[in-house]
Amino acid sequence: MSEAALPDAAVAPADTGLLSIARVGARGVITRVSAFDGALPAEELERRLLELGFVEGARIEVLEEGLFGRDPIAVKLDDMRVAIRRREAAAILMSYDSRADA
Amino acid sequence: MTDSSLAPTHLALVGNPNTGKTALFNALTGSRQKVANYAGVTVERKEGVLTSPSGRVIHVVDLPGTYSLRARSPDEAVTRDAVLGRLAGETPPDVIVCVADATNLRLVLRLALELKQVGRPFVLALNMFDIAQRQGLRIDLEGLSREIGAPIVTTVATRKRGIEDLVVQAEALAGSMPAGENVWHEPSAEEIRHAHSEAQRIMRACVRAPERPDTLTSRIDHVLLQPVAGLVILSAIMFVIFQAVFSWATPVADLIDAGFVLLGDLVGRVVTHDLLRSLLVDGLIAGVGSVLVFLPQIIIVFFFILLLEDSGYMARAAFLLDRLMGVAGLHGRAFIPLLSSHACAIPGIMSARVIDQKHDRLTTILIAPLMTCSARLPVYTLIISALIPNRTVWGFINLQGLVMFGLYGAGLVSGLVVAFIIRRVFWRTASEPFLMELPTYKAPEVRNVLLNLWQRVVIFLNRAGRIILPLMILVWALSTFPYPPEGATGPAIDYSFAGMIGHFIQPLLAPIGFNWQMSIALIPGMAAREVAVATLGTIYAVGDVDGAGGAVLTQIVASQWSLATGLSFLAWYVFAPQCVATLGVVKRETNGWTWPTVMFVYMFALAYLAALATYRGALALGWG
Repeated sequence: MSEAALPDAAVAPADTGLLSIARVGARGVITRVSAFDGALPAEELERRLLELGFVEGARIEVLEEGLFGRDPIAVKLDDMRVAIRRREAAAILMSYDSRADA
Repeated sequence: MTDSSLAPTHLALVGNPNTGKTALFNALTGSRQKVANYAGVTVERKEGVLTSPSGRVIHVVDLPGTYSLRARSPDEAVTRDAVLGRLAGETPPDVIVCVADATNLRLVLRLALELKQVGRPFVLALNMFDIAQRQGLRIDLEGLSREIGAPIVTTVATRKRGIEDLVVQAEALAGSMPAGENVWHEPSAEEIRHAHSEAQRIMRACVRAPERPDTLTSRIDHVLLQPVAGLVILSAIMFVIFQAVFSWATPVADLIDAGFVLLGDLVGRVVTHDLLRSLLVDGLIAGVGSVLVFLPQIIIVFFFILLLEDSGYMARAAFLLDRLMGVAGLHGRAFIPLLSSHACAIPGIMSARVIDQKHDRLTTILIAPLMTCSARLPVYTLIISALIPNRTVWGFINLQGLVMFGLYGAGLVSGLVVAFIIRRVFWRTASEPFLMELPTYKAPEVRNVLLNLWQRVVIFLNRAGRIILPLMILVWALSTFPYPPEGATGPAIDYSFAGMIGHFIQPLLAPIGFNWQMSIALIPGMAAREVAVATLGTIYAVGDVDGAGGAVLTQIVASQWSLATGLSFLAWYVFAPQCVATLGVVKRETNGWTWPTVMFVYMFALAYLAALATYRGALALGWG
């Protein structure tokens, strides 16, 4: 999840990246939700993300980030706002239409 | 005009969090509400009663908010079981009212699709409909109703609009539609995805995006969630709450205290029988007083909690603090119980319900009593004013104030360290994911805040009162019986069970510098920390410590205790679980004696070690 993991800034608008490394201003559409085992079993985390509206096709925009390690992040998810830690955000792949790299 | 020929109907309110569900519940039932616990679990059960226009009695339960019937916490399990009609001891609801925020329909539509599978008749209440209209959101109500297969009512709970319509619709449904077949099962990820696309399709068909979407929330967030400025603002808000708890509550608490002393005096004059008088005045009245005296602080704490929750700021505070609290292995929401615990651990432990995950919640409960509650203040004040010189150090800091600050800091820091150790050593599971909706900001409704505040007060009196009162009487009995023999010279308590226990444990406490008076004071001090001060007053025979006796006691302590002993007593009080009411509430909140026992043992162990280290350290510095 380091800076180096970010795709090149000059890539075409259709490029994708994990929500966990997105910066404030990044905007796009969720293209994949696939969780991994962590605090919760992958299946459970995936269902919780889905239930809160992190679902393929939803519009997403990173609004704010925390002070320490830029974590957690506040995102706009369609019509609602949701807070999520970057650790769990790694389960969400988005396709950027604007990346606003820092 | 209740018509007894009509069978009563049972409604259950279900909905996502932050949809104004509780406001709707309040609008429906007004003050005719009862708050209790569901049998066998520590989930709050809110029920209210109303009479429909046709005269039918309608019972309404406000179920815990959820995004799905798939339960992830004990609260959500109650919602699921109640909806499915399989909650032990509960009448299955005739009709479910699904409450939706009209401006945020997508998630609740998915929940409504789940409800449809349950087969029980339901009504969809589109709440906050005025905001939706102001935003120019167009909803095809008829189409939507057809799609979800349920009638729709638009409501504005805070202005009581649409309430009667909702009641009429629900009643009609109860009479006309029997519960269908239940085909609900826990959805898999794929089924949730499918339901989402179904909800999306319904949205496209029936809802047109708002012409004037809300931008205020984003603009406010841009200030309040600024990484640095946000934390500064949060600190300022916490400081105001903290100040309010101490400076606003004190005069009222003093008044209550004085009132009970007066009442005790009056009763003492009327009742002539010695034992009866002692039981009434020192046991019962003092006991009730010691419960009520915390009420002002609890009201203020919960007033602010309700304001923060209703306005939508609470979720932001948890967001800002998530990483900081995470260092100690705590959830961002743990700041609510921990802040409350600075007034009193009892509302603090009760408010730990805001944390879903079991281990996160237990950790928070276990450290809550380490926060410096207000009952410690009389003890701290006595020792500090007796033994710490009132002088200025480093040019501008008052030494007494510095020690007080240090005691607060010691409580907070040790609490965080204990939490860290619990999470790193005992429960090494990674903490619960922090996934939380940040609700739209709105101005809190005065009526709702007051109603909810009133409920908190009743709950506190009920829960805490029922535990504290018998314990106070037990402690009174220990301190009263047996009577001193004829011609006894020492204070009466010296001959009582408390005195015996005090003398018995004194050799254990000698290494930490406690004299026998202190050892005895610890026994009645189990009732509540500040009782130790009154007991010291009794043992040193100075009379009423709240009056002139207080100054005398301070002088006695100043002349008879060494600084090392005083500091050791302070260190003891930072950690010791000198409060049976707290242990009683932990028992209630955790459904058993395991966790109160763990708390009791670990806190006494810490208290002993801290007092030992303090005493020995102070002796080494020549403060003996």
